[in-house]
Amino acid sequence: MSSAALYGYCGAILVGLGLYGVIARPEILRKILAFNVLGTGVFLLFGVFARRGAEAGLRADPVPQALVITGIVVAFSATALAVALLIRLNKDTGEVVIASDDSAESGKQRVRQ
Amino acid sequence: MPHATNFVDATTADGYLLVLAIVLPVIGILLSLALGGRFIERITLALLLAGVCVAIAIFAAVRRSDQLLVYIVGDWQPPLGIALRADGISAAMILTIAVIVCAIGLYARSEFGQQGGKATRASFAFWTLLLGIWSGLNAVALGDDLFNLYVALELLTFAAVPLVCVKGYEETIRAALRYMLFALIGSILYLLGTALIYGAYGTLDIALLADRVRPEPAAWAAAALMTAGLLAKTALFPLHLWLPPAHAGAPAPGSAVLSALVVKGSFILIVRLWFDAMPGLLTFTAAQLLATLGAGAVLFGSVLALRQARLKLLVAYSTIAQIGYLFFIFPLAGGDSGNELGASIAWTGGWLQLFSHAFAKTAMFMAAGLIAEALGHDRIAEFGGIARTLPITVIAFGLAGLSLMGVPPSGGFVAKWMLLSATVIEGQWWWAAVMLIGGLLAGGYVFMVIGKALGKNAALTLRVPIARHREILVLTVALCAVFLGLVPLQPSDFLAIGRPEMQMTALQ
Repeated sequence: MSSAALYGYCGAILVGLGLYGVIARPEILRKILAFNVLGTGVFLLFGVFARRGAEAGLRADPVPQALVITGIVVAFSATALAVALLIRLNKDTGEVVIASDDSAESGKQRVRQ
Repeated sequence: MPHATNFVDATTADGYLLVLAIVLPVIGILLSLALGGRFIERITLALLLAGVCVAIAIFAAVRRSDQLLVYIVGDWQPPLGIALRADGISAAMILTIAVIVCAIGLYARSEFGQQGGKATRASFAFWTLLLGIWSGLNAVALGDDLFNLYVALELLTFAAVPLVCVKGYEETIRAALRYMLFALIGSILYLLGTALIYGAYGTLDIALLADRVRPEPAAWAAAALMTAGLLAKTALFPLHLWLPPAHAGAPAPGSAVLSALVVKGSFILIVRLWFDAMPGLLTFTAAQLLATLGAGAVLFGSVLALRQARLKLLVAYSTIAQIGYLFFIFPLAGGDSGNELGASIAWTGGWLQLFSHAFAKTAMFMAAGLIAEALGHDRIAEFGGIARTLPITVIAFGLAGLSLMGVPPSGGFVAKWMLLSATVIEGQWWWAAVMLIGGLLAGGYVFMVIGKALGKNAALTLRVPIARHREILVLTVALCAVFLGLVPLQPSDFLAIGRPEMQMTALQ
């Protein structure tokens, strides 16, 4: 297996794990962490494509690397914003999951003190 | 359908206007940070005026030249560089955005104003976020590179999410967080699709992609991932769960900008993706699938709107329904229907629906905000007598409602009429049925509100009086939606600028 294929599979696995976490886990913090795992997988895929860009005669394609740096900044800001909202929600209500509108009371899980 | 955009590789004469449209709001944010928060309201209002002028200039330049307006950033040619490009839709979109943001800025002065030097955190946050949303929307309308559009869309999201909870109430933070989680999933799926496209075709420039993309597994996977991500941000049924609490919970000017403009940002991207970047992929099945989701949104959103007890939630659910109509553009203007006349009629109708809904929804949320302010609540059942005390607001709400129902004279009527004509011309009658049912249901929920408002209630007292000029502002925005109904009932040449094949049809 070539290194590009190896990293490609790793990226795919990370994307799969992250997607599962984002969708299946109810806790908000876990969702945010899973989003980061998913993001890492995507960034790894960009790296693989940079490697394959050697067709152009370069040792590696620089464009995906520029994209990844921008992508990391965006993912970082997104994480910061989501965590800030979560901290505020937790301070105000003690919730760690988003209660649905209909079952705001029954769905509420409080953090154990 | 042939390739939509033609490739231009040099900055055109008025290309700098495009940069100005994106940079102006950012200048406002930086200036307010440098000068301290006290001046942000005045800076924003001054910039809004300048922004409307720039938008008019862009509109006039595109109309005059009858061609794309292009700016090559840093003189680096795509695919390595990034181009900003304004076609007919972008120009019309930029103008709509500028006018609506301007109206919302004026409306928000009483809630977030800084008269007398009072500068609260909420007011500083509101004006900063409004400028951020404006810049992000302009960048989305002008972007021509899938990754650049990703960044623009994220800027838009990061400004839109905090706007939901700018007042800091518990339930709005919950709504904002739910919105954020949907947006996170949406953005990362879009980015994954971008990675696949770059890996397969070596460019992200939309005009270059149009020639390179072929119907093969990589392109299908990328298109599916990106569309799913964007649908989550557009709140198309069944990914709409975040929208009602977020849009209903935000302060009224925030709800207006979120419902009228922000959800349209990701919709424009879906259209760019399917019509401009991957025209070969928009097959009959794909287009029917997108429109089926749209039809689900029209029916589901309208029925739920009818069942709401609170006005802001009703208006929010009606947004879900009206977004659904936009997706009829895919089977009617695209797909391989092979009917060019029908396609160009549907194209104009779909965009008119977007613009008239933007104005109508702004007016509706503004009117809902005034009513809630005056009564101290927005429970529809207790609206009796409000038509007597706030007649202009109720009239504005009704006029905006005409557009949602698709009753003449209104922009919504022209839009829906053209979409209906296209279904007839192309023999896709099943979408016509959905549109007609949706119109009836919209009539139901608008009359539900108006009917209660016209009811008698001698004991009605307003908590706070509403300034007359604010009511007039709401009425003006509603009239904009009505006046859109005066555009000629034919495929618009202007909206086809940048898509040669549709311009030809329109001329015939």
